[in-house]
Amino acid sequence: MAATTLRSVTTYDLKLAAPLALGFLVFFVTPLVILLALSFQADPQGSRYGLTQYVHFLADRFSLGVLGSTLWLGVKVTALTLLLGYPVAWLHQRAPGWGKGVIMLLVLLPLLTSVVVRTFAWVVILGRQGIINAALGGLGLIDAPLKLLYTDSGVVMALAQVQMPLMVLPLITALSRIDPNLADASSVLGAGHWRTFRKVTLPLSLPGIIAGCLLTYAAAITAFITQSLIGGGQMLFMPMYIYQQASTLQNWPFAAAISIIFLAAVLVVVSVFTVLGRLSRGYTNA
Amino acid sequence: MTSASPTTAAAAPAGPSTGPSQGRTLLLDGITQRYGASVAVNDVTLDIRGGELVALLGPSGCGKTTLLRIIAGFLAQTKGHVIVGGETMDGLPPNRRSVGIVFQNYALFPHMTVAENVAYGLDARGVDRATQRREAQRMLDLVKLGHLGDRTPRQMSGGQQQRVALARALAVNPSILLLDEPFAALDKNLRLDMQIEVKRIQRLSGITTILVTHDQEEALSMADRVAVLSQGRLEQFSPPTDVYDAPESLFVNSFVGSANRLGGVLEAADRSGGRVRLDVGGVIETRAPRGDVGPGDRVTVCLRPEHLRVDPGAAAGDGAGEALNGVVEMGLPLGATIVHEIRVGDGSAVKVAESRFERASVLAPGTPVRLAPLAPRLASVFAAA
Repeated sequence: MAATTLRSVTTYDLKLAAPLALGFLVFFVTPLVILLALSFQADPQGSRYGLTQYVHFLADRFSLGVLGSTLWLGVKVTALTLLLGYPVAWLHQRAPGWGKGVIMLLVLLPLLTSVVVRTFAWVVILGRQGIINAALGGLGLIDAPLKLLYTDSGVVMALAQVQMPLMVLPLITALSRIDPNLADASSVLGAGHWRTFRKVTLPLSLPGIIAGCLLTYAAAITAFITQSLIGGGQMLFMPMYIYQQASTLQNWPFAAAISIIFLAAVLVVVSVFTVLGRLSRGYTNA
Repeated sequence: MTSASPTTAAAAPAGPSTGPSQGRTLLLDGITQRYGASVAVNDVTLDIRGGELVALLGPSGCGKTTLLRIIAGFLAQTKGHVIVGGETMDGLPPNRRSVGIVFQNYALFPHMTVAENVAYGLDARGVDRATQRREAQRMLDLVKLGHLGDRTPRQMSGGQQQRVALARALAVNPSILLLDEPFAALDKNLRLDMQIEVKRIQRLSGITTILVTHDQEEALSMADRVAVLSQGRLEQFSPPTDVYDAPESLFVNSFVGSANRLGGVLEAADRSGGRVRLDVGGVIETRAPRGDVGPGDRVTVCLRPEHLRVDPGAAAGDGAGEALNGVVEMGLPLGATIVHEIRVGDGSAVKVAESRFERASVLAPGTPVRLAPLAPRLASVFAAA
């Protein structure tokens, strides 16, 4: 009996979701199918179909290099964001009421300004006559300006700052869900701060770490604007590569194939994170 | 028997099953805790004997939890000293105090098995794996959960979780065991079972134990001595029967058990008792007045509902003082007892609880009755509030 009731409720709810499903179908699934079809065109005119574009990409060292450096960039940005974001989330947890508000405001502030504005701010900071070089030069620490803009570490730094809220917010949620008595219990049982962190706080915040890493990673590797503006012309990542092929070279089938390969690569990473996330949730909620 | 430092305690786990030992004494010496302008604990001194179970009893906000956190080392007291077995604990962090706590919500580590939870403290003390396993098993056997070590806390019932929390706290052989409202989350039947169980284990291990509770029945039934706290002050520190039968303050009289409060004027008083003329009429023989009151002063008389008797019809007084006339307002048959609310002279209500053995039926509202104490000198007298 219960199953029938549940079923009738579910069908009713599905009807309510129909407009959204329709929009999803028209504006997301259809373009994706078109993209997939396009990627199988052997030439831009669409006279022949085959795996030509995929073979071209996978046989090309340059293309594989772009894919590799993009995925690796994501790893570096995610690691840096986690390293810098965890203390912020931890501090938020410990702070008194007003401190919590201030930290939350600082975390959310970047989301209130456009990515373009934030990225240009980094250009100002990292440039040859930028804030960092001016400061170091003024202090007499360096003779010639350091090259910070258009470097790999510049991109990683800027992306880490731009994506920080995506890491900190899930971490704050995860940490606030941990019963404060657990840390007290640990300390009364003889564990110092570091041991309590390692054995209790860190494992129990794993779902937040994984969610934050997933969001940061996905956002970092697809961050077209920041990658292009801070990386400049010499550094090529997948979003810009796809853009060049489609817009500049008008090679739509190849652009489509790269997109599909990029999508597949991202999906692999995302599913690894998802599996980890499920494991950690099972682990903490077991 | 009990070792001086946590490290030696773990290395040679004397453990609770070695039979009653001389638990360590706990002296709270003039503890005061201030938060800005407010005083959470005000000059509380408690001298607790080794192996004693002491209940800190009081309403929420009375300072009992603050006191517990001070003993555990989570809070540094503003003034006073915490002395365990002659050694001062002031300034020591919680992980170096050798204190065990059972939290109200048990605070078991959800990502560890029950056995890992119990072994946690031993692990933190660097005890080797084999000993950890053996000790955890022994503690789980003590709380009768030896067969469930591989489960996770969430797979266990509330009562089982509490046993695990107790086993975890005792596994490190602490000097002092602190129980923070440990039975509040359990349903009534299970609560009684667990109270008996905890008392059994506490007796067996001989560990000095502090039970924080707002439940007077729990405090009276479990504790060797009860410390009643109100607004940060220690109101009374006595065995349970004294707290109930000889309350030292109006607060204790009203908070522990229930009390009818009646105003009056003290007519005579000496060491053995007093006599009060009540505002509602009648004179009552009382216990010796508490506090600074003498004949002629205004006082408050506290009469427990079970110390009164209702007799139908108005009449003159008897040996226990002049009787009090009133009218039945309401009668409630509560099972083992029957409670009547009686409206007396000036309109104030007095509750009377009588056993079913004494009274077969409920009196109808409006019945004129007279009230009399069951015996002289049952009522307590305090300076008028």
